[in-house]
Amino acid sequence: MQSVHIVSAYDEELKFLARKIAAMGGQAERMVDQAVAALVNGDPELGQRVIADDAQLDDAEREIDDKAILIIARRQPMAKDLREVIGAIRISADLERVGDLGKNIAKRVSAVAEGRQPNSLFRGLQALAELALTQLKEVLDVYASRSVEKIGFVRDRDEQIDAMYTSLFRELLTYMMEDPRNITPCTHLLFVAKNIERIGDHATNIAETIYYIVTGEQMPPERPKEDESHRVTVSGGANPA
Amino acid sequence: MAETSTHTRAKRTAKLSAGRLYQNRWMLAAGVIAVLAMHVAGYRSVPFTAMVIGALALFALVAPRTPAARRLADEAARTERSPLDRLSGEKLAAAVADPLIIFDRDGMVVHANEAAQSAFGAIPPDLPLLLKFRAPEMQSLIEAVLGGEGNGHATDYVERVPFERVYRVTGSAVGRGTGLFVLAFRDQSEARRIDRMRADFIANASHELRTPLASIAGFVETLRGPARNDPNARDQFLQIMQNQTGRMARLIDDLLSLSRLEMKPYLKPGARVDLRQTVEAVIASLAPLAAETGVVVERDFAEGPFEVHGDRDELFQVVQNLLENACKYGQSGGRVIVSMRRTVGEGEPEVEVSVRDFGPGIPAEHIPRVTERFYRVDVETSRAHKGTGLGLSIVKHILSRHNGRLSIKSELGQGSAFTVHLPLR
Repeated sequence: MQSVHIVSAYDEELKFLARKIAAMGGQAERMVDQAVAALVNGDPELGQRVIADDAQLDDAEREIDDKAILIIARRQPMAKDLREVIGAIRISADLERVGDLGKNIAKRVSAVAEGRQPNSLFRGLQALAELALTQLKEVLDVYASRSVEKIGFVRDRDEQIDAMYTSLFRELLTYMMEDPRNITPCTHLLFVAKNIERIGDHATNIAETIYYIVTGEQMPPERPKEDESHRVTVSGGANPA
Repeated sequence: MAETSTHTRAKRTAKLSAGRLYQNRWMLAAGVIAVLAMHVAGYRSVPFTAMVIGALALFALVAPRTPAARRLADEAARTERSPLDRLSGEKLAAAVADPLIIFDRDGMVVHANEAAQSAFGAIPPDLPLLLKFRAPEMQSLIEAVLGGEGNGHATDYVERVPFERVYRVTGSAVGRGTGLFVLAFRDQSEARRIDRMRADFIANASHELRTPLASIAGFVETLRGPARNDPNARDQFLQIMQNQTGRMARLIDDLLSLSRLEMKPYLKPGARVDLRQTVEAVIASLAPLAAETGVVVERDFAEGPFEVHGDRDELFQVVQNLLENACKYGQSGGRVIVSMRRTVGEGEPEVEVSVRDFGPGIPAEHIPRVTERFYRVDVETSRAHKGTGLGLSIVKHILSRHNGRLSIKSELGQGSAFTVHLPLR
C-alpha cells in the first residue's frame, strides 16, 4: 500500500479496498456488540436493527469482490499488490461471516427474552463477547498499522476464548440439568456462545491473512488446540457449581 | 547554532538602523536644507530667514507624526505575528488535554497528540485514519470532513473494549486551504459510566445483599418467637447474625472500591511505584492473616529496583487481594511463595509479580471465569472465608488500567499461581 504506482488510479483502487475493509470491520464489530447488548438487556428492537444491518455488510462484501476482480483483470497486480487484493477478498468473506453470526445472535433475542433468565447466565456470555470483540478490534488495528510483529497475541487470546467457551458450555449444561424448563433458553444461549467463539476464530483467520499480506509467508502453523467442549459431559450425579 | 544566532542578530541590527534613518529622513532633509539656505542667503534679508525658520518648524511639526504612526502600526503587526507564528501545531496539540488528531486530505494521520495515543493506542503518522476508526458514524464523519462539507460536524463515538469510553468527536478543517483537518475528542464517559454503575449496582448488589439480609430477618423472627427463652440458641443466632452483617459490610466496601475504580479509568501520568516496597508492605500487613491461617509466606525477589508506572494504593490492593486469596484458599498447602522478576513478555520488558500457593488448585473450567464479578469456584468455601466474589474482579480492573494483565496457572492438587504482568517503562 505504501508503494507508489505510475498509474495513480491503481493506488486509489488499492486504497479503496483497504478503506472498504475497514468500514466492513467497523460495521461487523458494531453488529456483534449490539447483538450481545440486545440479548443481555432483552431488547428485541435492537435485535431487529442488527438483523437489518446485515444486508449492508453483504453488499459491502459483494462490492469488494467486484472491485478486486476488476483490479486483477485491469492491472494484473504482482507480489504484494496481488496479496493485498486476494487478502481483501478473504478478509471480507470472514467479516461477512462475523456479521452473519452477529445476526444469528440477534435472532435469538426474542426467544431468550421470553422468560427472564438469571443475570449470572449472561455475565459469562458478556465476558466471552468482550474477549472476542477485543480480538477482532486488535486484529483490525493491525490491518491498519501493518505491524504484524505483534500478531502473536491473537493466538493467546484465541486460547482464552476457547477456554471460556468450554467453561460456559459446562455451566449451561448444569443449568439444563437443574430444571428442564431451562432447556429452551439455555440451548439458545449455547448457540450464542458458539457463535461468539466462531467470531474469535474468524478474527484469527483474518490475522493470518494479514500476516500473509504483509510478509508473503504463511503464519507458522501452530493452531491452538480446539475448544474442549466436545469432551465435556456432566454425569447425572454431578453437583451444580 | 551559536553562529547562526549571532549572524541573525547582526542582520537584525543593520535592518533596525536602516529603518531608523528612513524614519527620520524628513528631519534630516530639513536640517540639510536649512544649512544650505543659511549658507546661500547668509547676508540676505530677515524675512527670508524667518521664512526658513517657519518652514523648519513646519517640518518638525509634520515629520514626527508619520514615523510615530508607522511605529505603532509596526509594533501592532509584530505582536500579532511573532508568538503565534512561532508556535508549532505539535506543541499546541501537546498542550491540549483532550485527544486531538491532525490529518491531511488523503485521510492520513499527520499528528496525534499524547492524549490521543494514550486513549486509542499507538497512532503513527501516515496511518490511514479511516482504517483506525472503523465505527460507522466515525467513517461518515471523517468522510464528511474530507469532502469539505460538515465543517464543525460532531458525532458520538463509543469505544467498548478494553473498557467503555464515550467521546464527543468534532471534525473540522484547519484554517483555509491548509489541506489539514483536525478531529477533537471530548471524553464524556463519566456520565455514561454513572448510569451504568447504577444499573450494575442494582442488578448485582441487590441479589448479593438479599441473601444475608434474608437470613438475618429469619433469625430475628426466631429470636422473637420460639427461641425467646433459650439462651444457648440466642447466643448462637446472634453470632450468625453478626457474621452476616459483617459480610454485608465487606460486600459494600468491595462494591464501592470497584465503583470508584470504574469512575476513573485513566491513570495520572508520571506517577511511579516501587513494587518491591509495595509488596513488602502487603506482606507485613497480612502477617496476622498468615499467622491465623498457618501459612508461611516466602519471598523470592530478583535483584535490582522494580519501578513501574502506576498508582501505589491500587497496586497495593492488587497484591493484597492475591496474597489474601492465597492464604485463605491455599491454606492446606502451608506456604505461599511471592516472587518478583523482570522478563520480556510479548516483546516488551515487564515486571512479573507472582503469588503461588500449594492448596487444592482450581479446576480448569473455572480458570477463565474467576475474574468475573461474583463468580465463585465453590460458594461454600468462599462464604466460609468471608469472600465477596469481587476480589479478583478488582484485581483485573486495576491491572487493565495499568496496561497490565493477570495470568492464572493451576493444577488440581498442586496449587495455583496468580501472576501479575506490568509493563516496565
